[in-house]
Amino acid sequence: MLSSKTSKAVKAYKENLTETVLEITGIRKEFPGVVALDDVQFRLQKGTVHALMGENGAGKSTLMKIIAGIYTPDKGTIRLRGDEIRFLSPLDALEHGIAMIHQELALMPFMTVAENIWIRREPQNALGIIDHKKMAAQTQELFDRLRILIDPLTEVRFLTVAQRQMVEIAKAVSYESDVLIMDEPTSALTETEVEHLFEIIRELKAHGIGIVYITHKMNELFEIADEFSVFRDGTYVGTHASSEVSRDDIIRMMVGREVTDMFPKIEANIGAPIMEVEGLTLDGVFKDISFQLREGEIIGMAGLVGSGRSNVAETLFGVTPATSGKIKISDQEIVIDSPGKAMAQGMAFLTEDRKETGCFLPLSVRENMQIAALKESYSRYGIVDQQSINKLCVEMETALRIKTPDLDERIENLSGGNQQKALIARWLLTKPRILILDEPTRGIDVGAKAEIHRLVSQLASEGVAIIMISSELPEVLGMSDRIMVMHEGHMTGILDRKDANQVKIMELAAR
Amino acid sequence: MTPLDKTKPAANQRPKLPQELNILSVLIGVAIIFEILGWVIKGQSFLINPQRLTIMILQVSVIGIIAVGVTQVIITGGIDLSSGSVVAMTAMIAMSFAQVGTYARAVYPELTDLPVIVPVAVGLGVGLFAGMINGFLIAKTGIPPFIATLGMMVTARGIAKWYTEGQPVSFPSDDFAAIGDGVWPVVIFLGVALIFHFGLKYTRYGKFTYAIGANPQAARVSGINVQSHIIKVYAVAGLLAGLAGLVTAARAETAQAGMGMMYELDAIAAAVIGGTSLAGGRGRIFGTVIGTIILGLMMSGFTFLRVDAYYQEIVKGGIIVAAVVTDVYRQKKRAKAS
Ligand SMILES: Nc1ncnc2c1ncn2[C@@H]1O[C@H](COP(=O)(O)OP(=O)(O)OP(=O)(O)O)[C@@H](O)[C@H]1O
Ligand SMILES: [Mg+2]
Repeated sequence: MLSSKTSKAVKAYKENLTETVLEITGIRKEFPGVVALDDVQFRLQKGTVHALMGENGAGKSTLMKIIAGIYTPDKGTIRLRGDEIRFLSPLDALEHGIAMIHQELALMPFMTVAENIWIRREPQNALGIIDHKKMAAQTQELFDRLRILIDPLTEVRFLTVAQRQMVEIAKAVSYESDVLIMDEPTSALTETEVEHLFEIIRELKAHGIGIVYITHKMNELFEIADEFSVFRDGTYVGTHASSEVSRDDIIRMMVGREVTDMFPKIEANIGAPIMEVEGLTLDGVFKDISFQLREGEIIGMAGLVGSGRSNVAETLFGVTPATSGKIKISDQEIVIDSPGKAMAQGMAFLTEDRKETGCFLPLSVRENMQIAALKESYSRYGIVDQQSINKLCVEMETALRIKTPDLDERIENLSGGNQQKALIARWLLTKPRILILDEPTRGIDVGAKAEIHRLVSQLASEGVAIIMISSELPEVLGMSDRIMVMHEGHMTGILDRKDANQVKIMELAAR
Repeated sequence: MTPLDKTKPAANQRPKLPQELNILSVLIGVAIIFEILGWVIKGQSFLINPQRLTIMILQVSVIGIIAVGVTQVIITGGIDLSSGSVVAMTAMIAMSFAQVGTYARAVYPELTDLPVIVPVAVGLGVGLFAGMINGFLIAKTGIPPFIATLGMMVTARGIAKWYTEGQPVSFPSDDFAAIGDGVWPVVIFLGVALIFHFGLKYTRYGKFTYAIGANPQAARVSGINVQSHIIKVYAVAGLLAGLAGLVTAARAETAQAGMGMMYELDAIAAAVIGGTSLAGGRGRIFGTVIGTIILGLMMSGFTFLRVDAYYQEIVKGGIIVAAVVTDVYRQKKRAKAS
């Protein structure tokens, strides 16, 4: 314990060192039917990382969108380096030195990486024609500095979700702003890339940039954040230095109650093999994948980004049919060349990218939940049995604690985590026998995460066979009966639950 | 997120009015403007004239039938430019199977005085077939709907001309002419609208249509056979264009290759004015019905005010653009929210 004199000196020193870049007070923001933020405050110091914590729908993204000029607040003041400001557009905010990486990726798929990064700021020659060579060179320079290994001239649609995330990060950095907002930048990254991102963040910090960092991952908070603020149901709870609190303290602040252990795996009775995969190959992507999945079993899939895990899942579900290999379901060889065929076999597949292949943004939460189940059931002569499916939707809403004014709200207006929950509900409504989950807890808050783990565990104990891809090793280790590790399109091993640990997995993943 | 006030009924909390209300208010606005202009310019009422209103709605019924089909196409994110030409093609072909035996220059002199079901089935079949070709081209070859249906627009018009080498086909049986008699066109229009209003809302067909328009990739992963559904949607649009062709021919008691000219644009305008988004995933048949009536009111209003036909077209063009601009603006506002 420091004496009060020294601690005072430390405090004075700190005050000298830190300078407030951004200060926000009394912010209120209403959407039709919801108060997203009420009397919220927040301040960001120069050269620090300030984390925002809170449950799904707490208002984190909304607050950041206000700072970045996307929403205008109903009330409250924003001060940038002491001056009161109000941004009218994202462009306005950018020009004042505030850049934001959004929770949902927003790159243009048919443009190259370089074009995406320099959009609206393309280097031009004297005639006003875009100088593509210079643009590529600028991108390469930026990537070199950030140690990103992506070809500036590839079109974005060929990149993995994680690579896209890195491009978004590079793009935000390229604005050389004073304030950088990152809304769940790591939800699609594996540990190696997270480490990479942290290096970038530390460097930016050293250059005096203030960083706002939204995450649901506790360990990241302690590793990278200097201080953090907690929000609950649109209100401000408090700000603390991350060194002075424990994980449990934060969770209590966030949820207002105790949250049980993260991975309450229920031991399930593992039954007969339900799916046998032999030599599954997708030319140029992955090769010779063989495994057996049993009723009630959870197979976790680990590996670095780009190792082909999601590709295998997509092929199993018929999104990109295999070029060779066999899939047997309940001892019958089946050619799965479309998602419809897979679903007819009782399969369900939660995809990784909820914006691209998940949500129907202009449609209601209800329609989003129902759509997959309608394929096989809940309709007679083509007419949907709205009553019975509605009942199930309401059940799902409560079970997964989806935060929405009502089920007729457009899914577009839900927070990222709540969209994810609605998509999980979509596949649960199909009552699958084989459930493939690609990053199921992406963007989901601590409390709800445990809830989803419990749900998955329970499904397994009811005999559902589950394949779960996750970039979070603790999640894979905690949930799986066996862990399949992939590396560059090859399966490098399958570990039993009892033999698996982080070190062994990383060895197989990074061979 | 906190509900504003849990004790208040939900209705008070949400200033979110149904989209239909917007369109209805436009309809009422247009009606009032013409009413006022009527009194100012001609010294008489525009609206209080049942005969005028009957003629108005009769005139737009055919457009309305097409617009219903086009609405569901636009909801999938597509467009159908061929419907006007398909009207002409089906009118010509169907009429050739509906002629009376007493007419000496029938197209098929041996095939006269057939029961009415024959020309009706032929007409619907031709429309359906044209729509299927549209759908097939779009779904299987991946060419843009704009191009595929533009091709059909030219081809179908060509077939209509080639069929009788430009000669009109006339003298239908009384049974066939009855399809276009009195208020039948209106009844058919409203019947079709009603079926599709419920169809899009409560059937799997409808839900899949919206889903494909909202996000085709997600639709595929949700197990929807996107290609075959697209074919169905265009086939249905073709079928309805065929039906519109039957009604047109029956009402005129003749078929000509120039029939249905620009109907596709009126139908698209009706859908867009009615709130269907060209971006896909959004739109309602109710809106389209109101959009159709707005178009009709304007045409009839201009005629009533004796506005020159050239001006009418210019104004109509402006209104279509305005409707699309409103749609784009709505999307933008939504993207920005609040
Ligand atoms: N454009 C909008 N229209 C209506 N409601 C909205 C809109 N944007 C956000 N909301 C609501 O405001 C609340 C706060 O959402 P926000 O996205 O800020 O949450 P979040 O804290 O970022 O959650 P998550 O961790 O899930 O990303 C949510 O309940 C959401 O439904
Ligand atoms: Mg968020």
